[in-house]
Amino acid sequence: MEEIKNYTVIIYTENQIGLLAQISNIFTRRSMSIWSLSAGPSSIDGIHNITITTDATERRIREAVRQIEKRVDVIKAFFYVEDQLVYRELAMYKVPTGKLLDSGELESLLSKYNARIVEMNKTFTVIQKTGYTDETQALHDELKNIGVLQFVRSGRVAISRTMQEPVFKFLQKREREKEKINKS
Amino acid sequence: MNKTITGSEAMWLSLIAEGVDTVFGYPGGQIIPVYDTLCDFEDRIRHILVRHEQGAIHAAQGYARSTGEPGVVIVTSGPGATNVITGVVDAMTDSTPLVVITGQVPSAALGTDAFQEADVTGLTGPITKWNYQIRRPEEIAWAISRAFYIARTGRPGPVVLDFTKDAQNGKTEFSYEKCKFIRSYIPNPKPSDQAIDKAIALIDNAKKPLVVFGQGVTISGAGKELQAFLEKADIPAGATMLGLSALPSDFPLYQGMIGMHGNVAPNIKTNECDVLIAVGMRFSDRVTGTVSTYAKQAKIIHIDIDNAELGKIITPEVAICGDAKKVLSILTEKIQKNSHEAWVKSFDHCREVERKKVIDMEISGGEGPIRMGEAVAMVADVSGDKAVIVTDVGQNQLSAARYSRFTKGRSFITSGGLGTMGFGLPAAIGAKIATPKKQVCLFVGDGGIQMTIQELGTIMQEHVGVKIVLLNNNWLGNVRQWQEMFFDRRYSQTRMLNPDYKLIAEAYGIRYRAVEDKKDLRKAVTEMLSDDEPFLLDVHVLEESNIMPMIPPGKGIDQIMLNEKEWYQK
Ligand SMILES: Cc1ncc(C[n+]2csc(CCOP(=O)(O)OP(=O)(O)O)c2C)c(N)n1
Repeated sequence: MEEIKNYTVIIYTENQIGLLAQISNIFTRRSMSIWSLSAGPSSIDGIHNITITTDATERRIREAVRQIEKRVDVIKAFFYVEDQLVYRELAMYKVPTGKLLDSGELESLLSKYNARIVEMNKTFTVIQKTGYTDETQALHDELKNIGVLQFVRSGRVAISRTMQEPVFKFLQKREREKEKINKS
Repeated sequence: MNKTITGSEAMWLSLIAEGVDTVFGYPGGQIIPVYDTLCDFEDRIRHILVRHEQGAIHAAQGYARSTGEPGVVIVTSGPGATNVITGVVDAMTDSTPLVVITGQVPSAALGTDAFQEADVTGLTGPITKWNYQIRRPEEIAWAISRAFYIARTGRPGPVVLDFTKDAQNGKTEFSYEKCKFIRSYIPNPKPSDQAIDKAIALIDNAKKPLVVFGQGVTISGAGKELQAFLEKADIPAGATMLGLSALPSDFPLYQGMIGMHGNVAPNIKTNECDVLIAVGMRFSDRVTGTVSTYAKQAKIIHIDIDNAELGKIITPEVAICGDAKKVLSILTEKIQKNSHEAWVKSFDHCREVERKKVIDMEISGGEGPIRMGEAVAMVADVSGDKAVIVTDVGQNQLSAARYSRFTKGRSFITSGGLGTMGFGLPAAIGAKIATPKKQVCLFVGDGGIQMTIQELGTIMQEHVGVKIVLLNNNWLGNVRQWQEMFFDRRYSQTRMLNPDYKLIAEAYGIRYRAVEDKKDLRKAVTEMLSDDEPFLLDVHVLEESNIMPMIPPGKGIDQIMLNEKEWYQK
């Protein structure tokens, strides 16, 4: 059996309604769970970026990426294992202020996890932390003793270790091909 | 340029600019403006009014498959749109170019559960090559040019355009430019030189090479290139069901059909060859049998234009992503001329066994009721192998695939990947409308014809000279066969009471003849094929008969049953 790993798939797309649903469908159809998903603009005008994390064998992720690229409005898709990327997730925790202060652990937790307070009032406090999944999870586990009223973690945002957007060269090549076609 | 026209006019002008002269459709509330404008285009557009939207889309598929040009479908919103869904999936699976235009509620009403609103782009997203909702009349020319470009290039497929009523009615300026480029879409990838070199080395050194090809050869128009390749390298070849007719049946190196009910020789030899060259096919489970034992001994070269097919089912030694015609001509130029006489001859034995144990009986089997194979072979014989054969799904389809003979490409039209019963009758209508000079002959079962039998009305109204051969066995035959062979003859819900087809044909003004006796078969087929009128030939075939040979489900491609008791012995 091939090894199952955590993959991050970065997909560059045209801005096309419904495409996100079609892409997530490619995962669900092959019963691959999407652990996190985030979508937004890229550094190139008009080009969107969808980042998805999932667990799969390399063979399956390769097949999925080919099927994603087959969608007409997908420009290019790449898949990475964790150490090929710089990535972060953002987590927020809501805890009861009284208990938090009584615990006497506030200062040490904030510095240990490099977290910060984004809002504090008499009833609750919102703590924010960015980092890897296991780090945001570890803070969550420690805060449990105090009581976590609400917890959210964002999808992964990731940047490749290539110099430019990995799709950049591809787009330049396509520009040249377009000129050739228009001339002929 | 300053003159403004309505969105509906823009739509018709766009279709005409794409070379469309025939559309299949059915009107309704949210597409009325388009139909209203059609009155002004009747000199340039032939609209085929079907009896059910499923009929429209299968007819468009038949039209597309027999010409290679996109079939065009126009239906209303909601139920009109959902009625074409089966055909859209069928076209997606079988790489059929279609442009389907569905009416939609006005854009202001979208998402409100308005009367006859369905989320058509949502529903068809995963089953189309591309879809788009046109909400403004200015988008029409752009969307239609893109739709045709996407439907017909690369691996063809269906495109759905969901057209809101306000966009049909709104005014726009109009100028049309054909789409030639989409930056996110590469329809014709350049085959890698490295992969080509690797393939050449494998082919040149092969002792027992085999080619298996699919519809990719037909789509890319690579029939001649395939012949040249096979001849130069002296390689025998087998076709998938959708690959049928890409090579003429009498081409010396052609070894017949592969797969579950294919010919013994190419199936057995798949597991004996040393290099397997797969061209424009996708290793469907109906072709491979158990994948884990499929061609394990062989080095596989897989040529396909769709990158997502390469490595999907089997991992090839060499994957070449590119157009079959282009790749085959490069390969033919670069490979050595070769000869594999003994290997090619070794196919004869398998063929002999199949002929003796299966074919002889099926197409000229002595006394008793007519067999399906006989009827199919008779049509081939009387038509001089020239008819375009369309099939429905089931035993009728498998018999037609096994016993038809072809001299020209695009002569076998069937629902392969989806196996859609009800496909046949409308598809035959579409094929006949597209190629009126050819005889178009449909083989259909008594189950399948009743799934879209309403289209006899279309034949009547449009006077379509389709030849319908009803292979009538009073069973849902293919399912009955499985029940007999794998479910202890427990015939659950497969016995079907038939209507009087003579009365049905009469009601639609279609000529009818029934044959029960073998000795009348030739005369009946000759009568049917003697003119260009619609005809229903009701052939009462042997009721409980099985399509053989068969690779039972779960078995490998070389585990072949010749009849209910006997396996092919290697
Ligand atoms: C829409 C649809 N429903 C069900 C099936 C399953 N099915 C496959 S073959 C078959 C029997 C077909 O019977 P008939 O049309 O009489 O043809 P025969 O096999 O007897 O030639 C059935 C029910 C199917 N392929 N398509």
